[in-house]
Amino acid sequence: MNKISKLLVTILSAIALAFTSVSSSFAKVEGEYIVLGAAVSLTGKYSTNGKHTQNGYNLAVERINSKGGVKVGGKSYKFEIIYYDDESNSKRAAQLAERLIKQDGIKYMLGPYSSGLTKAMAPVTEENKIPMVEANGASRSLFTKGYKYLFAVLSPANQYLEVAIDLAVEKNGGKPVNIAMAFEQDAFSQDVRLGIVDAAKRTGSKITIDDKLPKELNDMAATLAKVKATKPDVLVVSGHSKGALTAIRQIAEMKVDVPMLAMTHCDASKLAKQHGKKSEYALCAAQWHKTLSYKDKFFGNGKKYDKDFTKEYGYAPPYQAAESSAALLVYKDAFERANSFDTEKLRNALAKTDMQTFYGNIKFGSGGQNTAKPMVLFQVRCKGDKCENKVVAPTKWASAKLVHPVPSWSKR
Amino acid sequence: MKKNNLILYGVLLVLGLAAPFLFPAFKVQISFMLILIILAMTWDVQGGQMGYNSFGNILFFGIGMYLCASIQIGMFFPLAEWTESGGEKTFLHTPTQYFQGLAVGLVFAAIVPAIVAALIGYGILGLRGHYFAICTLGLGIAAGEIAGGIELIGAGQGMTTPPWPKGIGDTELRAEFFYYICFALLIATFSFLNWAYKKRFGLVLNAIRDNEDKAEAMGIHTMRYKIVGWVVSAFFVGLAGGLVGNIVGYIEPIEVAFDGREMGVFMVLMAILGGKGTLWGPVIGASAFHIFKEGFWTFFLGWQYVALGFLIVVIVVFFPEGFMGWLREKYPERFGEVIDEADRKAQVELK
Amino acid sequence: MDYLIFKAPILMVQASMDGILLGILFALIAYGMALQWGVMNIINIAQGDLVIMGGYIAYFMYVAGIHPAFGIIVSPIIMYFVGWGLYKLVINKVVDRDLFISILATFGISILMQQLMNFVFGADVVVAQSNFGTTMLFDNSVTLPNSKIFSAIVSVVFAIFLIIYMKRSKLGRAIRATAQNARAAKILGVDTEKVYAATFGINAALCGVAGALIAITFTLHPYVGLPYTVRSFMIVIVAGLGNLPGVALSGMGLGVFEEFADYILGTEFRIGAVFTLLVLILVYRRFKLSKKREYLK
Repeated sequence: MNKISKLLVTILSAIALAFTSVSSSFAKVEGEYIVLGAAVSLTGKYSTNGKHTQNGYNLAVERINSKGGVKVGGKSYKFEIIYYDDESNSKRAAQLAERLIKQDGIKYMLGPYSSGLTKAMAPVTEENKIPMVEANGASRSLFTKGYKYLFAVLSPANQYLEVAIDLAVEKNGGKPVNIAMAFEQDAFSQDVRLGIVDAAKRTGSKITIDDKLPKELNDMAATLAKVKATKPDVLVVSGHSKGALTAIRQIAEMKVDVPMLAMTHCDASKLAKQHGKKSEYALCAAQWHKTLSYKDKFFGNGKKYDKDFTKEYGYAPPYQAAESSAALLVYKDAFERANSFDTEKLRNALAKTDMQTFYGNIKFGSGGQNTAKPMVLFQVRCKGDKCENKVVAPTKWASAKLVHPVPSWSKR
Repeated sequence: MKKNNLILYGVLLVLGLAAPFLFPAFKVQISFMLILIILAMTWDVQGGQMGYNSFGNILFFGIGMYLCASIQIGMFFPLAEWTESGGEKTFLHTPTQYFQGLAVGLVFAAIVPAIVAALIGYGILGLRGHYFAICTLGLGIAAGEIAGGIELIGAGQGMTTPPWPKGIGDTELRAEFFYYICFALLIATFSFLNWAYKKRFGLVLNAIRDNEDKAEAMGIHTMRYKIVGWVVSAFFVGLAGGLVGNIVGYIEPIEVAFDGREMGVFMVLMAILGGKGTLWGPVIGASAFHIFKEGFWTFFLGWQYVALGFLIVVIVVFFPEGFMGWLREKYPERFGEVIDEADRKAQVELK
Repeated sequence: MDYLIFKAPILMVQASMDGILLGILFALIAYGMALQWGVMNIINIAQGDLVIMGGYIAYFMYVAGIHPAFGIIVSPIIMYFVGWGLYKLVINKVVDRDLFISILATFGISILMQQLMNFVFGADVVVAQSNFGTTMLFDNSVTLPNSKIFSAIVSVVFAIFLIIYMKRSKLGRAIRATAQNARAAKILGVDTEKVYAATFGINAALCGVAGALIAITFTLHPYVGLPYTVRSFMIVIVAGLGNLPGVALSGMGLGVFEEFADYILGTEFRIGAVFTLLVLILVYRRFKLSKKREYLK
C-alpha cells in the first residue's frame, strides 16, 4: 500500500507540475495583444446577465480592435480577454481572481456580473494592486472601502430607484408617501433597498412593508397579499430577472392596485416582451437606454449600439451589455493617456478619466464610483399588444410622460 | 513496513513545507486543496468508517467560519457596525489586533462546533440510513438560510473578513501564512485520525458500519462512539471553516459558509473517488478531484459541468469502490487481507 | 416577528389556500420521487431538472402558439421517453447498489441536464402565459390565481389516476410486486428490468406534468431545478417512506407551514423554518421510536 501511495503522490505531483508549465503566463502583453482577465457567470443563477456581460465585452473588443486598437508608446495594440466561469458563486469568483492574477499573470481585470461577486473579487484585486474596471457591481459598499484600484462605470445601486420615490412624492403634492418594498437577499438588491430607505428618510415617507423575496421559489404571494391589505402609494420590487418576471405575473394575477410600481431588471428579463400588457405602467430603473443622446467615436450613439448589438447577437442589448462595452472604452482611453503598461501609471490615468461614451459620461469619484451619470427611469407603455420601454425621467431625455397613478386592474 | 511509512511521510512533509516556494503562484490554490483533503477525511469518519452518510458537516464549517470572523472583528470593533449596510464602514486592524483576533477566533471556531455536535448528536445520530442523510441535509440548508437572515452577520449581503494588516508584508506573505496554517491543520487531522483508527475507536466505527444492531447487542455503547466521532469531525471542520473565511475574504451565507454543493456533494464524491473507509482514500480522492477540476475547468469553459457530470457518472457506475477500493481488490494482501481461494470459488452469484 | 396576519385574520385564509395549492403541486413531484425510491431504492437528485425540462416543453408549445396548458398532455409523453432513456443509459447500473451511489449518479445527471438545457434553451428566465385569470373570494380580500387552482386540480387528477393505475393495471401490480420484493417478483415471472424502466419513465412523466404547471404559474430557468428536488424528498421523508397517501397530506401541511412562516417570521426565514421543521420532525420520530427500541427504516 505504501509503495503504491508513494507512486500515486509522485504521479499527482507530476501532473500538477505539468499544469504549472503549460497553463499559465498569459501575462500582461503578448506580442500585439493587451490581455485582460475576466470572470463572468456563464453558468448558474446569473447566467442570463453573465451572457449579456460577456457579449458586451466582446463587442467592444471587436469594435476597438477594428478601429485602430490601442496606441501605447507609438505602437498599436489589440485587446484580448481571458474568460473564466465563476458559476454565479462568490467563492469561485474570488478563487478565479486569485488564479487570473497569480497563475495567469493578468495585470488588468474586468469585473464580473453582480455586486456579490464583485465584492468577493475586489479584495483580491485591491491587495494585489491590479486595476479592475467593473461594469456590473453597483453596491455602494464597494465604494466606501477606499479601494484605489477599483473603477465602476455604472451608477451605484442605491441611486437606482431613489428617483422613483422623489417622483412619487412630487405627484403627491410634495407630501410623504407610504412605501411597500420587497427585495432579494443579495448584495445588489439590498443596496437598492438602502437607497429607498435613505429616500424615505429624506422625504419623511413611511415604509409600511419591508419584505425579502424568497430566494428559490418564485412566489411572492404573501407580500402581495399584505400590499393589498395595506394599500401603499409605491411598491418597489428588486430581485434580478426572476424577481421582475415573478412580480409582474403575480401582481397581474392577484390584481394588486398600486399607484406606482417601481422595479429593476425589466429590460434584462425582457419583461415587456414576455408579459406584454401585464407589464404596462411598470416603472423601471435603468443605467442606460438607447434613446439617450450620449455618443462616442466607436459606437456612435445609443440607437446605433442597439442596432449593431442586435445584429451581432440576435437580441436587443440590455444596459448590462452596454455598460460592459463601456468598460473597454474606459480602458482604451486610460491606456492611451498613461501611454504605458505599468499598472500604477494606468491606475492613475484611470482615476483621472473624464469622458463621454454612448453609454454615458464617466468620471470616477474617490471611491471608484461613477459620479457623472444619472440613473434613468422608464415606463412600459403598450400600443395594442406591442409593449416598449419609454424613458420618463430625467425629463431632458423623456420620450413619454409619466402615467401616474397607474390605472387600476379593473379598468385595464 | 514501518520504515517505508516513515520515508513516505518524510517525503510528503518536505514537499508540503517546500510547496509555497516550488509553486509560488499556486499557494492559495494548494491551500484550498489541503482544506478539501481535511473536509474529505473528516467526512469519511462518518461516511466511510461508520457508514453514516452525512450531508451536514457543512454546518460545522459555516459555524466555524462565521464565529471566527465575528470574533476577529468583534474583539476590537462593533460587529453590528462592521456589517451594517453591507459593510460600508471600514475599520483597520493593527497587526497585533489581527493576529490576536485570528488566534482567539480559531480557538472558538474549533470548540463551538464540537460542542454543537455533542449537543445535537444524541438526537440526530439516532437516525439511520436515508433519514440521517436527509436530516443532516436539512440541517445544512436550514443553517445557510437562517444565517442569510441574521443582520448581525451581514445577512444576504455577506460579511468581509478583516483584511491583512498593512505594513507587514504583501499578498505573498499572507498566502504563505495561511498555507502553513492549513498544512499544519492537515497534519494534525491526519495524525489524529491515523492514531484514532488504530485504536478501539476505529474498530467500533467499523463495527457500527457493518452491523449496528449486532454491535449494540454485544454491549458496545454505540451512541457514545457516534457522538465522539461527530465531535472530532466538527472540531477539525470548524477550524477549516475559520481558515477558509479568512483566505477568501468575503463570507456569503450560502455560497461560502454553508456551501452545500461544493462541500456537501463534492466531499462525498472525493471520498468515494479515493476510496471510502480508508485513511488515504479521501486524501487521494480530494487531491485528484481538485487537480482535475482546476486543471480542466479552464479548458472546458462553459462545459466544465458537463465534463464533471460525465466523470461522476463514470466513477459512480464503474468505480464505486474508488481508487483505493480498486487497489484493494487487486492486491488484497497488501491490505492485510487473507483470501481463501476455495472459499472465493465457492461463491455463487445471482444474476 | 410580524403579527399582521393576526391583525387581519383574512390573511390566514389566503396563507392557507396558497399553502395548500402550492403543497399539492409539490406533492405531485414528491409522489414520483416516492415511487422510484420505494421501487428502485433510488433518490433522484435530478428530479427538479426533469421538472424544469418538462416546463420548457410547455414553454416552447406556448412560443409556437399552442396554449401551454396542453403541456400537461404533451410534456409527460415526451418526458416518459426521456426518463426511460435515462434509465437504460445510466440508472440501470446503479439500481441494485448502495443508495448513496444513486445519489451521486443522479447528481451527475442533474448537472449534465442543467448545462445542456442552458446550452440548448438559453440562459434567459422565461414564463409561459396561461391567461386563466383570477378568482377572488371574500369580497376581494383573498385572491387566488386560477393557474394555481388549475395546477392543484390537475395534480389531484393525475395522482388519483396514478393510484388507480397502480391498483388495477398489470404494470401497476408488477411495480408494486417489485417494490415489495424484487427477487420474489423476478422468480414469479415479472420482468424487473421493464418495471424499473417504466417506473423511472412514470416518474419523469409526473415531473413533466408538474413542469408544465410550473411554466404557467412561476418562472423557468435551467438552474432552478434544485429547490423542487429538495422539497420533494423532504415531503417524502416527512410522510415516511412507503406512505403514499401521506405524501399529499405532508405536501399540503408543509406548504401551509411555509406560507405561515413567511407571514410571521418573514420571507428570509421561510426556507430556514421549513428545514428546521424537517429536522425537528425527524428527531421527534426518532425519540418516539427509540422508546420502543426501534428506529426509522
